[in-house]
Amino acid sequence: MILSVRDLRVSFRTNDGLVRAIDGVSFDLEESEILGVVGESGSGKTVSLLAVMGLITDPNAIIEGSIRYKGRELVGLPARELRRLRGNEIAMIFQDPMTALTPVYTIGWQIAEQIRAHQNISKSKAMARVEELLAEVNFPNPHEAMSRYPHQLSGGMRQRAVIAMALSCNPALLVADEPTTALDVTVQAGILDLVRKLRATHKSAVVFITHDMGVVSELADRVMVMYAGRVVERGSRMELFSDPRHPYTRALLGSIPPLTGEKPRRLPAIPGSPPSLLRLPQGCAFGPRCPVQYEPCVSGKPDLGASTHAAACFRVAQA
Amino acid sequence: MTSKDLPILETRSLGKRFAIGTRFSAEGKRTVHAVDNVSLTVWRGETVGLVGESGCGKSTLARCLVRLYDISDGKLLFEGDDITTKSLSELRPLRRRLQMVFQDPSASLNPRRRVGDLVAEPLRIHGKLSSREITQRVAELFDLVGLLPDHVMRYPHEFSGGQRQRLGIARAIALNPDLVVLDEPVSALDVSVQAQIVNLLADLQEKLKLTYIFIAHDLSVVRQVSTRIAVMYLGSIVEEGPAEELFATPSHPYSQALISAVPVVETTPSGTSKRVILTGDVPSPLNPPPGCRFHPRCPIAVERCRTERPVLEERKPGRKVACHFPTLI
Repeated sequence: MILSVRDLRVSFRTNDGLVRAIDGVSFDLEESEILGVVGESGSGKTVSLLAVMGLITDPNAIIEGSIRYKGRELVGLPARELRRLRGNEIAMIFQDPMTALTPVYTIGWQIAEQIRAHQNISKSKAMARVEELLAEVNFPNPHEAMSRYPHQLSGGMRQRAVIAMALSCNPALLVADEPTTALDVTVQAGILDLVRKLRATHKSAVVFITHDMGVVSELADRVMVMYAGRVVERGSRMELFSDPRHPYTRALLGSIPPLTGEKPRRLPAIPGSPPSLLRLPQGCAFGPRCPVQYEPCVSGKPDLGASTHAAACFRVAQA
Repeated sequence: MTSKDLPILETRSLGKRFAIGTRFSAEGKRTVHAVDNVSLTVWRGETVGLVGESGCGKSTLARCLVRLYDISDGKLLFEGDDITTKSLSELRPLRRRLQMVFQDPSASLNPRRRVGDLVAEPLRIHGKLSSREITQRVAELFDLVGLLPDHVMRYPHEFSGGQRQRLGIARAIALNPDLVVLDEPVSALDVSVQAQIVNLLADLQEKLKLTYIFIAHDLSVVRQVSTRIAVMYLGSIVEEGPAEELFATPSHPYSQALISAVPVVETTPSGTSKRVILTGDVPSPLNPPPGCRFHPRCPIAVERCRTERPVLEERKPGRKVACHFPTLI
């Protein structure tokens, strides 16, 4: 077991009261497994992984629960200890590669810095490793790319450079937060291919955050669907896509226009919009938008349960 | 011939060049051909989808079509009337009939004004309505796009992304336009909200007899809303055809790669399908490759493609392809 998260809760103290961004999220991750985390903006997918990375530094944040990495508790770990893990054993890829790279240094310099921060090797050895890494992420001309500045690269190339940086220390856990959202589909296809390949060669476990159901279905072994800070459904890729149980998962899958076959005259849309975390309904957060809401949903919050394919829904529990 | 028989909008070899650099910069003055030789005909009542990767010139083309940019080459005709070089004052009566919806709804709404005012603005500029009639029309528009009447007094920040896009649409349709150019209208929205806006656009088109030009990078959304689709690459159209047909049997190698790259939800055990992965990036329009502009990334390119640029030709009724070796359709 690489990562084991139990009952994670993240809240923020704000002027308008306490906002519970994450409310009791639990999941496990095995070696070389890809976990897809899907949800809309504000569903808590990014915050939950930032908590895992120890990157929530807001003094008004309250983090509760347990995050165990290879058996070691990360919640409450001193910043120094965390820094040793981060970038080394746990790496992260962000949505916008331009903000993850500094514009004033070359790609080669930045990746070498990362290696030298964690390993005691010479500059020239680090540079040689950078060239290897850039070749691995399919840079056509890795040696030349090392001396390039971020602005001289295309979006796809920048994201590849960031991936090379994330891989530089052979991380056991790679967290990717919407790494392809800003990219074109043709470039995205290449990056997804790369992530698949790296999982095989580096044996890294990957948490892949996205809002795109198609991407998840191509890449993930297991999937977790989030809504308003809670996990509403979880299961293997096959279970979730061939037998979606939670009304939200079903609705989300239904609202994607098909790429083949006959076009529906109207798309089955979900009414309303995701709720504000400040004013969550008392019962099930999806209740007000749910087509099958009934009395229990108004007052109680449904639990996810323990089975591998589970949905947090009273209707599903009842059936 | 009446205006009904003419295409509502037509471009003839339209081009847009941007000058960059000065004589003092390292490379000197240069020109970018952002849109190059685009001939597109849009008929009343249809939805033409424009797809392509970022930087292919689809947004530039959209802005040329509503004359937000001046056109460098070629001609732009609105109902057969040449509007390529019309002055702003000559254009004003046309603007009413030719509207645009932008990608980022919050960037196009003034944060310090009430949304009722924002929607009323085009009515005040163009209409000859009394203030009571304007209030009435705003209420009507709010109802049409699915917003509540008491929303008029609110400010843009009080709305969600989907609602803001509804406001953007309300503004665009306020003057009963004939043609609306939609530049990535759903790209900034959550998946669950996207479908609502797509449906709203379809309803409005039916009710108000609108013609749409729809730009998006999400291919499944474009297929859903469009009757006809044009695929752009590096400033030019490489393929054009009826939406469903083009997606089912793409003929240009670029269209094939683009469509195959879309991740789809599959429930079969093996996730990977027959995918054409393109190598390299879109070349810079500053320095486009000679011959066919797609040849450096094309899996089937031969010598001829490196020297001779293919023209967009009709290969079958309604289907145009710019390729020396299109897949038979």
